[in-house]
Amino acid sequence: MSAAERTVRPVSIASFAQSQNVRKDDERNEVEGLMPVIAEVFGNIGITKDDVGFICSGSTDYLIGGPFSFVMALDAVGVWPPKRESHVEMDGAWALYEAWVLLQEGEIDAALVYSFGRSSLGDLNEILTLQMDPYYEAPLWPDIVSLSALQARALIDAGKATEADFAAIASRSRRDALSNPKAQVAKDVSPEVLLQDEYVVAPLRRHALPPITDGAAAIVLAAGDKAREWSDRPVWITGFDHRMETHSLGARDLTSSPSTAKAAEMAGVASGKVDVAEIHAPFAHQEIIVAEALGLDDSVVINPSGGPLAANPLMSAGLIRIGEAAERIRSGKADRAVAHATSGPCLQQNLVCVLEGE
Amino acid sequence: MADETTAGPVTTLATPIRLDFDFTPGVAQSRFLRGLEQGKFMGQRCPSCGKVYVPSRGSCPTDGVPTTEDVLLSNVGTVTTYCVVNVPFAGQSIEIPYICAQVLLDGANVSFMGLIQEIPADQIRMGMRVEAVWVDESELTPSLASVRYFRPNGETDADYETYKEYL
Repeated sequence: MSAAERTVRPVSIASFAQSQNVRKDDERNEVEGLMPVIAEVFGNIGITKDDVGFICSGSTDYLIGGPFSFVMALDAVGVWPPKRESHVEMDGAWALYEAWVLLQEGEIDAALVYSFGRSSLGDLNEILTLQMDPYYEAPLWPDIVSLSALQARALIDAGKATEADFAAIASRSRRDALSNPKAQVAKDVSPEVLLQDEYVVAPLRRHALPPITDGAAAIVLAAGDKAREWSDRPVWITGFDHRMETHSLGARDLTSSPSTAKAAEMAGVASGKVDVAEIHAPFAHQEIIVAEALGLDDSVVINPSGGPLAANPLMSAGLIRIGEAAERIRSGKADRAVAHATSGPCLQQNLVCVLEGE
Repeated sequence: MADETTAGPVTTLATPIRLDFDFTPGVAQSRFLRGLEQGKFMGQRCPSCGKVYVPSRGSCPTDGVPTTEDVLLSNVGTVTTYCVVNVPFAGQSIEIPYICAQVLLDGANVSFMGLIQEIPADQIRMGMRVEAVWVDESELTPSLASVRYFRPNGETDADYETYKEYL
């Protein structure tokens, strides 16, 4: 069943907030980092936690190295009287999906979604290895940069991209980030200069890798009267889907993203003109794969926020894509946007969210 | 030579994993830890409900607002509940039986866990008034290891009504 055939309750992105994205926030703990973001996401539209009927968060204990960090993070919201609450051990974009599904039921009209990622507390390459198959792959400690380099190499060998393409994406992302005050890496550097970077793992040079980022983000979802009450121009979610591919890298064609393509089809990306796309492609070459799977043409503005190459707080970077896409519509710079989030090695899982301004 | 691949199912596979993490106590917990380094308990008060948390993680978990007011707490508190540990386990550093108790420091609105010493295990009771015994000044660190244990301070037991909210 396509998006057009389903009866979808209109739900809007009523408010979005994100922390300053930094390499390492060693002053504040998770709760202290989240509190200003939660205060801002409510403050933007003049509401409090009492106005939302559900809270859902996305994070992972692996980044912090401590158990139940999501439970402690709830201290940043304050949960008295007790609220319906849930958590996904995934990027906040999937927490948003869970909240959206609950809103579809019609029992509640608003939800808070937040995520936090402290990417700086451990060796990120080692930590991310543990998302691999625990018996045959993880014991080899294949780091995420090397795995992504395998994918980039496959893309080059398939004739779908060149190293210059990666540099062009990085150059554009970092230049666009100059107008994003929350970005971590923002500068005007030409692709030619970037191509002089050393390889980190060939064919990936420094610029093709995401920065390591500490950050947090939050979104308030609203349906029905609340959506109009809280916004002059509601940004509606008109399509939403996520799909997953096999765990085994060897069984996948790393140069394409069928899960993104399927999610895009289910979310109805092609049913209208796309003005802007916020793509969660942590490595530069992955943007090429995702853009193709989403079916975007050259007219689409990609990652005007700077994208994950400008700031990549793990567990939040996907949620931020949805928030940034919504802000483009709210500010009148776009009418229809696609936001994408990814999880797992080499674009294993993908989420697609279509947003439209009223 | 026998074919090793027919030797039966593999039942064990060792894949050692070790990860090292930095810990960020944050602004509020750093105040608490710095307090321990000076031999005192520092808490923080919620500006909304007035409760004093020790240690505070920087927010009131009930109201979700920052706890900004530092509160110096007493060295003395009340045993709200306890258990007596009789089970030996690997790495145990204290002779069994010993008492593990929740201590509500005077002026605080949350109890925290402490070791009770200088009293036979069978004489511990709810409501007992206890005081912290700190390590020597030269050994104070920003850690709960700065508190050696709590011991009875000889005061009359606290009235149940004064701590029943904290069980």
